[in-house]
Amino acid sequence: MRTPGPIEELRLEGITKRFPGVLACDGVSLTVRRGEALALVGENGAGKSTLMNILAGLYQPDQGRILVNGEAVHFRTPADAFERGIGMVHQNFMLVPSMTVAENVALGMRHLHRKVSLDLDEARRRVVEISKHHELPVNPDAFIWQLSVGEQQRVELVKTLCLGAKLLILDEPTSALTPQETDDLLDRLQRMTAELSIIFISHKLAEVKSLSKKVTILRQGRSVFSGSTADHTTAQLAALMTGHEVSIPKNSGGGTPGAPALVVKALKVRGDRGHWALDGLSLEIRAGEIVGLAGVSGNGQRELAAALAGLRPVVSGEMTLEGRSLVGASPRQIIDRGMGYVPEDRHHEGIVPPFTVKENLVLKDVATRRFSRLGVLRLGAIDAHAATLKDRFDIRCASTAAAAGGLSGGNIQKVILAREIDRAPKVLIAVYPTRGVDMGATEFIHKQLLALRETGAGILLVSEELEEIMNLADRIAVIFKGKILATVPAAGATREALGLLMAGVTA
Amino acid sequence: MSGAANRRFGIAYTAGVVVLASLAAAAAGALVLLAIGASPWATYVTILTGPLQDGFGVSEILLRTVPLTLVALGIAVSFRSGILNIGAEGQIQIGILGFTAVALFLPHLPRELLLPLALVAGALGGAVWAGIAGVLRSKMGVNEILSTVMLNYIAAQIYTFLLRGPLIDPDEMISGSGTPQSMRLTKSVWLDRLFTGNRLHTGLVLALVLAFLTWLVLWRTTFGYRLRAAGAEAKAARYAGIHVERSLVAAMVIAGGFAGLAGAVEVAGVHHRAIEAISGGYGFAGIVVALFGGLHPAGIVPAAVFFGLLLVGADMTQRSAGVPANMVLVLQGVIILAIVSARMVIANPYAKQRALDAARRWGFFRDEKATEGGT
Repeated sequence: MRTPGPIEELRLEGITKRFPGVLACDGVSLTVRRGEALALVGENGAGKSTLMNILAGLYQPDQGRILVNGEAVHFRTPADAFERGIGMVHQNFMLVPSMTVAENVALGMRHLHRKVSLDLDEARRRVVEISKHHELPVNPDAFIWQLSVGEQQRVELVKTLCLGAKLLILDEPTSALTPQETDDLLDRLQRMTAELSIIFISHKLAEVKSLSKKVTILRQGRSVFSGSTADHTTAQLAALMTGHEVSIPKNSGGGTPGAPALVVKALKVRGDRGHWALDGLSLEIRAGEIVGLAGVSGNGQRELAAALAGLRPVVSGEMTLEGRSLVGASPRQIIDRGMGYVPEDRHHEGIVPPFTVKENLVLKDVATRRFSRLGVLRLGAIDAHAATLKDRFDIRCASTAAAAGGLSGGNIQKVILAREIDRAPKVLIAVYPTRGVDMGATEFIHKQLLALRETGAGILLVSEELEEIMNLADRIAVIFKGKILATVPAAGATREALGLLMAGVTA
Repeated sequence: MSGAANRRFGIAYTAGVVVLASLAAAAAGALVLLAIGASPWATYVTILTGPLQDGFGVSEILLRTVPLTLVALGIAVSFRSGILNIGAEGQIQIGILGFTAVALFLPHLPRELLLPLALVAGALGGAVWAGIAGVLRSKMGVNEILSTVMLNYIAAQIYTFLLRGPLIDPDEMISGSGTPQSMRLTKSVWLDRLFTGNRLHTGLVLALVLAFLTWLVLWRTTFGYRLRAAGAEAKAARYAGIHVERSLVAAMVIAGGFAGLAGAVEVAGVHHRAIEAISGGYGFAGIVVALFGGLHPAGIVPAAVFFGLLLVGADMTQRSAGVPANMVLVLQGVIILAIVSARMVIANPYAKQRALDAARRWGFFRDEKATEGGT
């Protein structure tokens, strides 16, 4: 394998790319020099990923040039881009779970492929060398499926570096990471800029400011700002990114919480591997309050949410909604008693992707007299319902007859939220409601949750983002290994104290 | 670029892929024909045009359309509900047994009562047979592809046993020829002929009505909505309170009912007795028809006509060109491969993007502004 020379300067000039129906990139230019970390920022659909896919050789630009060290290059395939030292780490990891780290790395190293065998020793050696050099600890013999998301991220980085990348493109690398893993990754990337260039795609502005000195902001396919991160506050960057002033909705704390709406007592539930995922968890949510459930994912959040939805058997303990037990009730019965639910996996649990937006909006209520009569759908009522919710919840879709699975993550989340909030739930369970959602949609979702609180609903907000919880919650419960470690009023909570609790440290 | 231009390209792209896939299927079939020493061109011409030469040929096509449509409708319901029924062949045979049993044991009932009763018994037979696989899947997670295929073998053995034993025509025993077939059924369970001079029967009307009803149920009722939701994304359906396991069983029962009815109608309309090898592979061809028709009744009916044409045409090539009728099975296989590949290509956004890039480069497809100025 020819090792590409260093990239002193990479320049994109006037890149334009059209897709059927959209102008994804409209004359975008940017420059990255050796040792720089450029943040590429923009909302979903702003053209960040398209631009980077062009740079990585996945797409051809319609117009514009790519210059490496002043020389124009044409990338027809990702292999061409790699030849010049440009490597991309995609948002969804491209790793084979049943293979070891070294085997995954060897997959891309064609020169190690012998006629019938693979030079795995050489791959191992490279992995160890690279991971030592860049302080990215990975075990070359571990199977991918054994690794946490943060570790898999490191494997992706090591893999890309093993293939000789001099310029790393990272597409929203922190979107699936916990706060600790995120800090850790940013720290490592910071050190790697000593000899590499990095293009870092994100819409989390705090991360952008901590890692990058330079930022390019895209909006609707155009570059609207290129400059230094230090001269601008996150609020200013957010305004450039969204095109309008962003106000971060906050829970002002008004109103007095009412009677207990959802009470969970000493709940024990088994996880998929048979262990106690919930080990005597107790929690109370009163009407008109938001309880934030903070914790590193994997500490029982998923199982708690599933048990509350009636989809995971309760071994012992009690959970009641307005005094009535939910233990042993079917999902349908729980829904009918007034439980609303924004599931973790919005693409598979929240919507039926091939169904249209309007069909998804009646997913829970299709059998009510409002939307059907004697088992026959009332299409007019379903249409009207969809039209109302589309406006009220600002669902951006060409038509409510479009397949919901084709919408952006933020819009899918709006569809789910519209359906759940419109049902006027007594209690709403919202699991990671803004994960991977852009800033505009996040702001909107937060406002809707606060508005629902005003109507007297109790809300359980499960999140890994401390900012989100601290902004919205009345009280914060910290979950650790299937138990609530502590419940504190949001007013006095600090990031540091919560971070310690999330790591299991009490007192 | 506008949505309309986008849609135009989408349609052109889909049509192009389908045409290419059909040509590829034809080419692959031609290789097989050449290998057995037949002329591909003559064979294709005979298959595709032979049956259309006269009214009788057309009636024979429509005669085969009936069971193909019925089976395919059931397959569409099951596939759309997330359970794959490969057992239509066995369900057809159990359906025939149900129909024949009622006709044999209650021959003196008036026609108005007996015919519907016997048809329902046929549908019920298929429904129960398929229901076994449905219940196994929903209660114990048994893969329905395995169970339906295995149930096919069991059904075939039961069918053969009954036709060679308890149900055999007493005349066959007397004459000693021992052809495995039931007694000729009472005329009151025969379906009326639509015309004189050919075999086409009122089953065709029944199939068309059921095609419409299937569409109505799947897309216009809460029941169909739940089936489709469970099939399209079982997890989301569960979270929404839909009883997915129940809907799997329901879908399987419906699919079996359609297959059983197909068998019953075939006996009532064509053979008037249960005979061996009656189905002629309709249970498997029905799967192809359902996929070819896009799992939608409006596509299934024309697809069934097309496959009816292939079946009749294949019979003709056997007579005229000496090409074995089994060649149509080879063609079926090639067509399945072509459909599946075409679907993959159509669903692949990268391939579509490449095609769009190429179309732009060759000037076939212009952006909105250029189109407005140009034409």
